[in-house]
Amino acid sequence: MSTAVDSGPFAHLGEALAGRQLPSTEAEEWRYSRVTSIDPTRFVRRGDDPVDESASSAAEAIAAEAVASIGPVSGVAVVVDGIVVRSELGSTAVDAGLRVHAASVDRAATDAVDVFVEVNAVVADAELRIEAPRGVRAEEPFVVVHLVTLDGLVVAPRVRIELGDDSRVAVVEVHRSLGDVDALVLPVASCDIGRDATLRHVVVQDLSTELDVVAHVSATVGQSGTYDGWVAALGGRYARLRVDCRLGGRGAAGTLAALYAGIGDQMHDLRTFQDHLQRDTTSSLSFKGAVDDRAHAVYTGLIRIHPDGRGSNAEQSNRIMTLSDDAWAESVPNLEIEHNDVRCAHASTVGPVDADQRFYLESRGVPAEVAERLIVAGFFDEVLERSPVAGVAGLVQPRLAELLGGGAS
Amino acid sequence: MSELVVIDLHATVAGTPILKGVTLTVRSGEVHALMGRNGSGKSTLSNVLMGRPGYEVTAGSATLDDVDLLALPTWERARAGLFLAAQYPTEVPGVQVTDVLEAAFTASGRDPALVPGRMAEEADAIGFDRAFLRRAVNVDLSGGERKRNETLQLAVLEPRIAVLDELDSGLDVDALRAVARRIELATSGPQPLGVLAITHYSRLLQELHPDVVHVFGDGRILESGGPELVDRLEAEGYASRA
Repeated sequence: MSTAVDSGPFAHLGEALAGRQLPSTEAEEWRYSRVTSIDPTRFVRRGDDPVDESASSAAEAIAAEAVASIGPVSGVAVVVDGIVVRSELGSTAVDAGLRVHAASVDRAATDAVDVFVEVNAVVADAELRIEAPRGVRAEEPFVVVHLVTLDGLVVAPRVRIELGDDSRVAVVEVHRSLGDVDALVLPVASCDIGRDATLRHVVVQDLSTELDVVAHVSATVGQSGTYDGWVAALGGRYARLRVDCRLGGRGAAGTLAALYAGIGDQMHDLRTFQDHLQRDTTSSLSFKGAVDDRAHAVYTGLIRIHPDGRGSNAEQSNRIMTLSDDAWAESVPNLEIEHNDVRCAHASTVGPVDADQRFYLESRGVPAEVAERLIVAGFFDEVLERSPVAGVAGLVQPRLAELLGGGAS
Repeated sequence: MSELVVIDLHATVAGTPILKGVTLTVRSGEVHALMGRNGSGKSTLSNVLMGRPGYEVTAGSATLDDVDLLALPTWERARAGLFLAAQYPTEVPGVQVTDVLEAAFTASGRDPALVPGRMAEEADAIGFDRAFLRRAVNVDLSGGERKRNETLQLAVLEPRIAVLDELDSGLDVDALRAVARRIELATSGPQPLGVLAITHYSRLLQELHPDVVHVFGDGRILESGGPELVDRLEAEGYASRA
């Protein structure tokens, strides 16, 4: 796929766009979004100077924290401001045949669903490639830590995961930033899952609430393959996440779970696409979010059953809790069905904490605000339990509790 | 000794008067039965006492040991010593009973570390499977298990006055006996519990021997008497009184 974005040198992101406009909120996929708040002229590409040592050690500390929470891992990669600083595999994973390396960006393979994905391919120096050839089993998760450290940068973390037939791999990506760094972060993770292969993929987005993040996760799943994706979206001032799950082989399955929480003036913007391209494919999406203070959340999800999607089964559920009068949320499920012999179900709710639940806990002597905190934590518990990698809850829960412990100012 | 004193209590739901002058006093160690047909306002009384949103008190008072319950938010009424065993215990997904009781202990200045041990003891005492203690509150519990769960929470929280709203519904004979025995035990302890048991069957009252029986109808107490009133109601029904 060719790119419309200028890949040559540029002083700021506005130049790289080469006259192309960022999307407008009139486009359905950007409706309710804050895309127009992004000023591309504010962000430059990182220079060629080496990564600062204190930045690498901060990233290493986050990696150590992640490994401690997750338990045995197959390996670790540390990426600072989009530069792969370290990438190591344990001997078991090497012996099993897993391969991890930094490779030049394959622009032709870019899944250019929007201009931000195109920009990622231009800005990224390299992509981290995780490859499992046919039959490789590496069940212990591979951990990737992406750290953003510099103000005013457009950062393009880029991971490509390729699973050959009958392989099994788990990958955990953690996105963090240093302090209140103000940057534009455009993470892209693209996953290609072969026949009978299974990918467990976790993304923990715990960036500063002073920066904007526009992320894309895509998975293409072959015959009888499985994509088990799980996301925690916690940080970002404007935090956009688009997930494309393409079930391209007969019997392919996709499970998508996410939790998101916003406080202060944060906005979470989530768009999901469950594409059933072939027959007997199954997808199940379960998202849960909460917004407090003046935070906003928008979710739109589309289930598309293509003409060859006979016997497909698709589920989609998004539930958002609004925890203050000034918080705002919108949840829009959509169906596009081009074959009759399918089963689709979707559920969508937006609302405050359930009054009966609150009364019940209060009637036991639990103070009102503690009751609310317990109910919200319980609401997210189900998503945490669904994490396809054990130990991830330990990475997310403390931050979630901090976010929901009383909101921001 | 504790005392729940309700005087001439009036309340409306969505503008409709439901309670029309309820007066009663429940003291420590006493078991009062409040009997009446469905829709007579019995559950409204329990909800008004506990402060459930949606009920408006238009006249009268309710105090527990001279504390004005009606002026307090729900959780402070509980802290003052009132407990409501709910007719339909609410499911709270993802929240364990332990979390709830520990938060309640903390709020009332008690040591939350005591909760797990107390819960295990009480579960065994009423035949409530300990495995259920790790489940989310009332989620995937049968009607009977939910009522045992209510009783367990009552026993651990040790309130002064408990309102039991149809505690007998959903319980089989053995469970009813176990639950009633635990509540009777609480009424005779060193800090005896006072009980207001709302029911429209006499079944519970065969196990939980009431000192006073009130016949409730049209939003107020129509008649009060001793245990013999249960037998008369059983024979004559509520029709002649409503």
